[in-house]
Amino acid sequence: MSLVVTAPRRWKKPPLIKSAWLRWILTIGAVVYLTLVFQTTPVNWTRVWEGLPRGAAFVSAFFPPDFVSRWDEIAEGIAESLWMTVVSTVVGIALSIPVGIGAAKNIAPAPVYYFCRAVLAVSRSFQEIILAIFFVKLFGFGPFAGFVTLSFATIGFYGKLLAEDIEDMDAGQAEAVRASGASWLQWINYGVQPQVMPRMIGLGLYRFDINFRESAVIGIVGGGGIGATLNTAFDRYEFDSAAAIIIVIIAIVMLCEYGSGYLRRWVQ
Amino acid sequence: MTTIPARGRTWRRRDRRTELLVWAAWLFAVALFVGCFQLISDKTIWAFVWDAPTQAGDLAVRMVPPDWLYIRTLGRPIWDTINIATIGTLIAILLAIPVAYCAARNTTPSVSIVRPIALFIIVSSRSINALIWALMLVTIIGPGVFSGIIAIALRSIGFCAKLLYEAIEEIDEGQVEAVRATGASGAQVTGYGIVPQVLPAFAGISVFRWDINIRESTVLGLVGAGGIGLELNAAITQLYWTQVSLILLVIIGTVIVSEWVSAKIRHAII
Repeated sequence: MSLVVTAPRRWKKPPLIKSAWLRWILTIGAVVYLTLVFQTTPVNWTRVWEGLPRGAAFVSAFFPPDFVSRWDEIAEGIAESLWMTVVSTVVGIALSIPVGIGAAKNIAPAPVYYFCRAVLAVSRSFQEIILAIFFVKLFGFGPFAGFVTLSFATIGFYGKLLAEDIEDMDAGQAEAVRASGASWLQWINYGVQPQVMPRMIGLGLYRFDINFRESAVIGIVGGGGIGATLNTAFDRYEFDSAAAIIIVIIAIVMLCEYGSGYLRRWVQ
Repeated sequence: MTTIPARGRTWRRRDRRTELLVWAAWLFAVALFVGCFQLISDKTIWAFVWDAPTQAGDLAVRMVPPDWLYIRTLGRPIWDTINIATIGTLIAILLAIPVAYCAARNTTPSVSIVRPIALFIIVSSRSINALIWALMLVTIIGPGVFSGIIAIALRSIGFCAKLLYEAIEEIDEGQVEAVRATGASGAQVTGYGIVPQVLPAFAGISVFRWDINIRESTVLGLVGAGGIGLELNAAITQLYWTQVSLILLVIIGTVIVSEWVSAKIRHAII
């Protein structure tokens, strides 16, 4: 008879990355990368240190927020941002529906698919600000340039998500509608649309939210809206007015978020 | 027996009341849209808009061919841009973990005091664009890469913390209870009951945000916070359109590569 002796082993947590060599390569890579970054990024610590009291003065210049003296400009900027958001969300979503349908692999023929995917890729690659610079150059200063920018950016966001949602849909239901002899439009309307609709309404509201937030920055490059007011406040060193604008932006974004959450529950 | 003739009646999706409500909603939406568009159009100089195709053609002519040799000076700005995104994301993740822990309903130390504070941090970080953070930080700590890093970090905290706390709230409580039943301490319950459940989601969130941050960091230079945006701004203000087109191509390239990397990593995790 032999005695089976098991070595006293302690249980260890399984690691996130299973293969040991990949873990080591990633660790070493991270260390090398971080040292490279710290060697090549000149952080002027004395400048930062000097900046801190200035920063404190700067931050204290934000308090108390001054809603009163520039209220007319703030109200006008906010209103302009809201119009821009409404119009660009509607136009952007309306334009992104054909693009999104065209970019879904399971219902579009190959040439249409590649063309629509290319449109989505271009629209998504550029930050709204870069688009805004060009549209301001083309259309002149003001909310029209901002509206075009936000619509274009909405196409990339909404079209891509719509295409992915259509690709994930249940093919059986769509086939059943087609088997009943429906035309192409009827097929889209009764076979595809009901399946993607609930999620798309939610995403539309989410995009409304994003468009409002973005409209706050495209004003910096001349695209109209509250961003222009904010930039002017910074340029005039009226930080208390700037603080008021930022607070108003945060409040409206929170309102949008609660409102869209409520609407989504009501729709579904 | 008589049969009721079914002629003249077609199938409808909704009853009359709902149909009227839907029509009213559409009417309101269209009126709102037209009204808003009218307000925008009042502030627009339409002559400039009709002139836009000519302008676009003119600009296109000036932008091709891209100034390929200019790429030699772009190496450094691209490196800076990637660093801003990566280090900014790292800092944001480190700061987002405690915020998310405090904001999740099932782990927060106090629902009435700490949770609202954490939620407020999340909302304010998310509502202010990185560019506005950068605008403020450039004034405080001076222009350069460091301001960009901090701006990206401040902006990303809210995003990471929000997704992370939603992941924490969706965990399987049974596993936590099982660990607790073995007599584990609070830290051990977190380490062995909660962390393994949210770790994949957490890694996915970080990579996803890193991908977004690459895009955002390309424009921070417009307000002086370093990276390739600085070169873009300089080229546009000096009207070197051939350089501008090269920079745009480089940005597209970087974004596509980062999207590919993040898709690969997320695919490997999930």
